[in-house]
Amino acid sequence: MPAPSPSPHDAPSLSERPGDDLITESAGELRFDAVTADVTADEARGELQVRKLGIGFWIAVTWLVVLFALAILAPWLPFVQDPNRIDALALRQPAAWSIGGSWNGSLSSTFHLFGADDLGRDIFSRVIWGARVSLFIGVVTVALGFLIGGTIGLTAGYFRGRFEKIFMSAMDIMLAFPALILALAIVTFLSEPGSQDASLGTITLTLTILSIPALSRITRASTLTFSQREFVQAARTLGARNGRIIVREILPNVIPPMVSFSLIAIAIVIVAEGGLSFLGLSVSAPTATWGNMINEGRTALEIAPHIALIPCAVMFLTLLAFNYAGDQLRRRFDVQEARL
Amino acid sequence: MRYVGTKMVQLVVVLLIVTFLTFMLINLLPGGPEAAILGFGADDESIAALRVDLNLDDPIPVRYVRWLGDAATGDLGQSYVNGSTVSELLTGRLPVSLMLMTYSMFLALLVAIPFGIATAYKADTRFDKITGTIGFGLLSVPNFIMATILVYLFALTWDIFPATVKEGEENLYTLFLPAVSLAAGQIAVFMRLLRTDMIATLQQDYIGVAKAKGMTTRRILFRHAFRPSSFSLLTVAAITIGNLIGGTVIIESIFAINGIGKLIVTSIFTRDYLVVQGVVVVVAAGFVIINFAVDIIYALLDPRIRHARAIA
Repeated sequence: MPAPSPSPHDAPSLSERPGDDLITESAGELRFDAVTADVTADEARGELQVRKLGIGFWIAVTWLVVLFALAILAPWLPFVQDPNRIDALALRQPAAWSIGGSWNGSLSSTFHLFGADDLGRDIFSRVIWGARVSLFIGVVTVALGFLIGGTIGLTAGYFRGRFEKIFMSAMDIMLAFPALILALAIVTFLSEPGSQDASLGTITLTLTILSIPALSRITRASTLTFSQREFVQAARTLGARNGRIIVREILPNVIPPMVSFSLIAIAIVIVAEGGLSFLGLSVSAPTATWGNMINEGRTALEIAPHIALIPCAVMFLTLLAFNYAGDQLRRRFDVQEARL
Repeated sequence: MRYVGTKMVQLVVVLLIVTFLTFMLINLLPGGPEAAILGFGADDESIAALRVDLNLDDPIPVRYVRWLGDAATGDLGQSYVNGSTVSELLTGRLPVSLMLMTYSMFLALLVAIPFGIATAYKADTRFDKITGTIGFGLLSVPNFIMATILVYLFALTWDIFPATVKEGEENLYTLFLPAVSLAAGQIAVFMRLLRTDMIATLQQDYIGVAKAKGMTTRRILFRHAFRPSSFSLLTVAAITIGNLIGGTVIIESIFAINGIGKLIVTSIFTRDYLVVQGVVVVVAAGFVIINFAVDIIYALLDPRIRHARAIA
């Protein structure tokens, strides 16, 4: 337990923006409980209790962990079939629960939990294989985007001056294009003439380029809030070089908001990929993606709605989980909202 | 006014860069514009004809300036697939897309403003929490999922609205489902934003004065509190026009609406690159200009912005 800190009245900043101050005070290490015990004002306690991650957060995390596990292990799991295997006897077969079928314990390839699509392909397996595409693109895009955009944002926010001006105007110009139109243009012009099918690499590259402006702005905004703080000045006075200050003092403080925002960013990227593959402009057709499953399923929407609606539901729940988890973390870290 | 002047200069610079990037796209294609437009197996004669046609022998800056001049006078070249000019294609289809976007923006504001105000007034009540949860859910529904569900429910299960929009029959009734699919996500964004700003406004002293004078709640909310709270809503509404443009591409494909969104997708599939280029440049320029207009309106509405930015 640290030494008793002044009451909230003596330290107005504590009651105004609790999270912000607390995070920096403990220099990157989150020790809410220790500090809450000191700030005994009911108001502050109430606010801090709201920040606790609730059951909803853990449900969302569980969904994501299960989905990630299934997606990564898909080729080796016995109950996930080859997404392109055709079961000719199961064309448009409804989901198992709606025809009263129950799992007889066998891993037979004629059992279709989510039913089968127009060609008799197992929807459950395709949803899992589609998750591989969506999650891969989402995670890799945001990781690369933060690597590049984050570096730009950190350096621009720390050094300011001409460098910041040039880079931030460049980012503004990229934001001047409507995102999906720019994505369409880049995908079209990056793909080989004669085929509209983009590769996984092309899509990831396109979406990474698109994500850099927003991500660099976010990083810059939170860098700005820290770059003039006392602990940074203290480090400078002690003779630390700029590189060390950025990596050891600022980066640890910028990472929590980056983590929470990256979850929301992954959701945005998954929607963008879904839109492209819905239009038939993402990873080529026989590969299962959520977007092209929904699009193909629309042709039989009247007679076999489950073909389109099941991937819709899975995609919705995944996006909800990412958004909710990201939002909860953001609240917890009490990031100053950087407008996009 | 100095503020408008600075903004004008910025506008021109951004427009030049945006048009240049769009112009360059076609030159960056693998094999150059010839291979892209004619395919790799084209004979020498047609390649030579195309080079003359597009002035490909001139250096890029010269071609850019000439292309920009042509574009400014409405000549964006012509489609190599069906021979009609790009501007003809655009003028034929732009009105439908604009109608769809305006309609969905109107619907989104129509729902978001009353709910935003009501949730701010009744902040932290059960009503506020339920509305907030629904809004959060809506944020996680991409427009193509919304469209699929709406078509399944309102066109196929209950035959209330048409599932596709025939050419020449675009009206408020047939465009309802497409507009709602586009609006749904925006509603949540607008509502949250207005709620936050309204809560801050409602804590101002003059609201207390208005209450003390005995004004009705409705009058206080709409007359006194709404307008000062609507500034960020206005900005964000303008920025979301970019999302709407992207959304129309998908929604027009789903509902078979003959707008510029469908035009760009068909052109991509037929490798009609000049049409793609033309649509992209018009849409991007339009988007930049709208954002400029909003910046100006914003400053007119709120003098604080005008002065703060002029000083900085």
